[in-house]
Amino acid sequence: MVPVWLILIPLLTGLVSFILKDAKTVKAWALLSSLITLALIVAGNWFFKADSLQFSATWVAGLGSKFSFSLDGMGKMLCLLTAVSFPVIFIAVNRNEYKKANSFYALMLLMQAGLMGVFAASDALLFYFFWELALIPAYFLCSIWGGEKRIQVTFKFFVYTFVGSLLMLCGIIYLYFQTADQSFSLQSFYHLHLTDQQQYSLFWLFFIAFAIKMPIFPFHTWQPDAYEQSPTAVTMVLSGVMVKMGIFAVIRWLVPVFPQAVSHFSNVVIILSVTGMIYASLIAIKQDDVKRLIAYSSIAHIGLMCAAIFSQTNIGTQGVVIQMFNHGINVIGLWIVADAIEQQLGTRKFSELGGLAQKAPTLAILLVVLAFANIALPLTNAFIGEFLMFNGLFQYNVWIAAVAGVSIILGAVYTLNMVQKVFYGNTVAITESAVEIGSNIKLALIVLVLMIIVLGIYPQPMFNLLNP
Amino acid sequence: MNAIIFSALIGVVMMLSGIVIKSKTGIKNLAVILLFVLLGGHLAEFYGVFNIHLDTHEMLATTRFGMFFNTIVITATLFYALLSGDEVVKVGTYGAEYFALIFFALCGVTILSAYNNLLMLFLGVEIMTIPLFVLTGSEKKNLKSNEAALKYFLMGSFSTGILLMGIALYYGATGLFTIEAARNPNDTHHFYGILLPLGLLFIFISLAFKVSAAPFHFWTPDVYDGAPSVFTSFMATIVKAAGFIAFIKLFEIRAFDMSFSWKILLPLIIVLTLLAGNITAVFQQSVKRMLAYSSIAQAGFMLFALYTPNEFGKQGILLYAAAYSLATIGIFAVLMKMKDYTFEGYNGLAKTQPVLAAANTVFLLSLAGIPLTAGFFAKYYMLAGALKESSSNLWLVIVAVLFAAVSVYYYFRVIQAMYFKEGNAETIEVKPFFKILLIIVAAVIILIGLMPSLLLDLFYA
Repeated sequence: MVPVWLILIPLLTGLVSFILKDAKTVKAWALLSSLITLALIVAGNWFFKADSLQFSATWVAGLGSKFSFSLDGMGKMLCLLTAVSFPVIFIAVNRNEYKKANSFYALMLLMQAGLMGVFAASDALLFYFFWELALIPAYFLCSIWGGEKRIQVTFKFFVYTFVGSLLMLCGIIYLYFQTADQSFSLQSFYHLHLTDQQQYSLFWLFFIAFAIKMPIFPFHTWQPDAYEQSPTAVTMVLSGVMVKMGIFAVIRWLVPVFPQAVSHFSNVVIILSVTGMIYASLIAIKQDDVKRLIAYSSIAHIGLMCAAIFSQTNIGTQGVVIQMFNHGINVIGLWIVADAIEQQLGTRKFSELGGLAQKAPTLAILLVVLAFANIALPLTNAFIGEFLMFNGLFQYNVWIAAVAGVSIILGAVYTLNMVQKVFYGNTVAITESAVEIGSNIKLALIVLVLMIIVLGIYPQPMFNLLNP
Repeated sequence: MNAIIFSALIGVVMMLSGIVIKSKTGIKNLAVILLFVLLGGHLAEFYGVFNIHLDTHEMLATTRFGMFFNTIVITATLFYALLSGDEVVKVGTYGAEYFALIFFALCGVTILSAYNNLLMLFLGVEIMTIPLFVLTGSEKKNLKSNEAALKYFLMGSFSTGILLMGIALYYGATGLFTIEAARNPNDTHHFYGILLPLGLLFIFISLAFKVSAAPFHFWTPDVYDGAPSVFTSFMATIVKAAGFIAFIKLFEIRAFDMSFSWKILLPLIIVLTLLAGNITAVFQQSVKRMLAYSSIAQAGFMLFALYTPNEFGKQGILLYAAAYSLATIGIFAVLMKMKDYTFEGYNGLAKTQPVLAAANTVFLLSLAGIPLTAGFFAKYYMLAGALKESSSNLWLVIVAVLFAAVSVYYYFRVIQAMYFKEGNAETIEVKPFFKILLIIVAAVIILIGLMPSLLLDLFYA
C-alpha cells in the first residue's frame, strides 16, 4: 500500500489546499503533507515489510490495464528524492509571497502526486497517465506565477513534452498488442519478442518522448526558457525531480524492452548526449544570468547520465541512478541560492552583482559547497556518481569518455566563475544593502549541504538502497 | 422501439403545448420533464420493463449497441436542455416549437441507431436534418442565420439526393433494401457489376457530408457559425454522433467489405479530415468558429471507428459520443454566457467566474484528450482499435496523435485567455443552478476519464 499512499497523500492534501483560504495555513498544510510523505517513504523503506511496496488492483478490466505499483531500488531512490525535495522547497520558499497561495501550493502537491505515480507505476498505461498528470500542474504553475514571457515559454514546454508523450502512447498501445497476455504490465513488456525492425522504429517513439523530457540535445530548446521563466519553486521541481522522469523511464521502460535497438543506436544517442554536454557547457560559460547558467549546467549533467546509460555497462547505470538522486539535491540547492539572491536584490545578473560574501557569509559558504558538488569534487556526493558514469563510458569508448571529460573542466569554469562574480570582489551598488539570508533558507540549504557532505564521504547507504 | 415512438409523440405534445403555456420558463421546464419521460421510457425498454413492440418487418432492429447509444444521446440532450434550455427559448418567439423540433430530430437519431433497411436510413436522416434546417434559420432577423440555413438546406438536400441515388443503385444491384444484402451481391438473378460499388460510394459520400468528413466538410464552419449558438451546440454534438452511428452500422455488417479500395480511401479521408479541421482551427479568432473546426477535427478521430469496426472501435465510438458531446455541450453553454465570442472575450474569466473557467478547462482538456478526462479514453480506444486491426496502421496512429498535439494549441488558447491573461471577461447573468450543473458535467467527464469501465460496463451488463 505504500506506493498508493505516496500518491494519495499529496493528491488529497493538494485538493484540500484549494479550499484553504489563509496563505499561512496553506503553507503549513503543504509542509505538513510533504513531511508525512517523507516519513512514509522512510518507514516503507526501512521499517515496513517488503511486500508493502507492491500494490495491484484492477483498473480498466476490458483493457488489460491494472492499477499496479511496485517500488524497486531505483523507484525507491527517486520516490525518496521526490519526498525529500518537496519539504526542502516548501521551507526554502516559505517567505515568498504568491498571489492565490492556496492554488499554488495545491498545484505543487498535485505535481508531487504525479511524480510519485510515474516512479512507482508498473503498468504502462498507468505510467503514461501519471506522466501526463505531472505535466498539467506544472503547466498551470509556470503559466500563472512565472516571469514575463511565461505564457509562450510554458506553452512551448507543454507542447514539446505533449508531442513526445503522445508518441510514447502510440508505442505503448503497439506493444500492448504484441504482449502474450494482452497486458500493460512491466513484466509482460520485458518478455516481449520483437523483431529487430520493430525494435528500431518503436525505440524512437519512446526515446523521443524521454529525450524531450530530459532534455537531450537537440530536443532541449524548451528547457532554458522554461527554467528561467518559471517561478523558482517550480523550477526546482522541474530540474530537480521532473527531468529525472526521462532518465528513469529510459532505464526502466526503454533499455530492457528494446535491448537490440539500444545497442544498435547507442552510438547515435551517446554522440548526441556528449554533443549536448559540450554545447551546453560552452553556452553556460557565456551566460550572465544565474538561472540560465544553472539551466545549461543541468543540460550538461543530464547529457552525461544519458550517455552513461547507453554505454550499457552495469557500473555506468548504477552511477546514473545514484547521480539522479545527487543531482536532484545539488541543483535544488543551487536554485534556492538563485532564488534567495533574486528575492532580495531583484536581479540575477552577474554583471550587476558582486561581493555578496561580505554581506551574506553563511550563504557564501553554503553556496561554495553546492558549487563544489556541482563540479563533482571528491568528498561531495556527486563525485561517486560521476566516477561510476565515466567508468562506464570509458569502457564503452575511450575517446567519447575523453570528450565528455572536457565538460567537467568547462563545468568548473562556469560554476566557479559564477561564484566569484556574484560573491567575491568588491560590493557594488545593489549588493551594498544586502543582508544575510533568512533562517528558513538557511535551514533548507543546511539540510542539503549536510546530505552532500555525508553522502560524499559515505555513499554506502545509497548502494544499499539500490541493491538490498 | 420506445425511444422512437416516445420522441415522436413528445414532439407533438411539445408543439401543441405552445398554445397553452405562454411563459418561457414553463416551456423549458416542460421540455426538461418530457426529456426525463423520454429517458425513462427508453430505459424501461433497455432494462426490459416494458416495450411497445411494433412489427416493422425487420426494417428496424433494436440492438444493445444502438440502445446504449440512445441512452447516451438522450442523457446528453437532457444535460443540454438543463444547461442551455433558457437560451433555446430566448432565440425567438416560438420556444415550444424549437423544443418540438429538437424532439423530432431525436426521433430521427433513434431511427438511425436502429435501422436495418436503407429506406429507414433515408427516413432517419431526413427526420433528423429537416428540423435542423429550421433551427439553423430560427434567428429570423439575423442575416448570418438565414445564410447558414440556406446553405445547410442546399447542401443537405444535395447530399440527400446523392444518398437516394446511392440507395437506388444499391436496390438495382441487389433487389433489396436490407443492409445485409450488400454482403451477397453475387445473386445471379440480378444485374450486379458496377452498380453496387457505385451505390455504396454514393451512400458513403452522403454520410460523409452529414458527419462533415473532409473533403465534404465545407458547409460546416459557416453553418455552425451562422446558426444560433444554442442550436450549433446541438448539431455539433448529438446530431454529429448520430451520423456516425448510422455510418458505423454499414461498416460493421461489412456492407463496405474492407477491400483494398476502402483501405486506401478511409485513411485518406481520416488524414484529410484531421488536417482540415485542426489546421484551420488554429487560425480562428472566434471561439465559436474554432469549435466548428474542432468538431471537424474530432470527426477525424471518430472516423477511426469506421476504419476499425472491432470491439475497440464500437466501444470507442460510444465513449467518444459521450465524452465529446458532454464536453462540447458544456463549452457551448459557457460560450453562450459570454458577451464576446472571441478569444479575447475570455480574458480573465478565471477571476470573474472561477467555476465557469474551471469547468470549461475540464471540457477543453477532455477535447484535447488529456488523461484523467473522458476524452483521453475516447481517443485511446480509437487508436487502439486501429492498432488491433493491424500493426501496419502505426503510421496512421502517429499522424493522428500529431494532430491531437496541434489541437492542444487552439484548445489551450482558451485556457490561456481564462487563466493567464489579464482582462475582465464579461458574462451575462449566471445562475447558481447553472454552475452546479456545470460542475456535475465536469465531474462526470473526470469520472469516465478515471474509470471508463463505469460507462462501458453498462454496455456489457
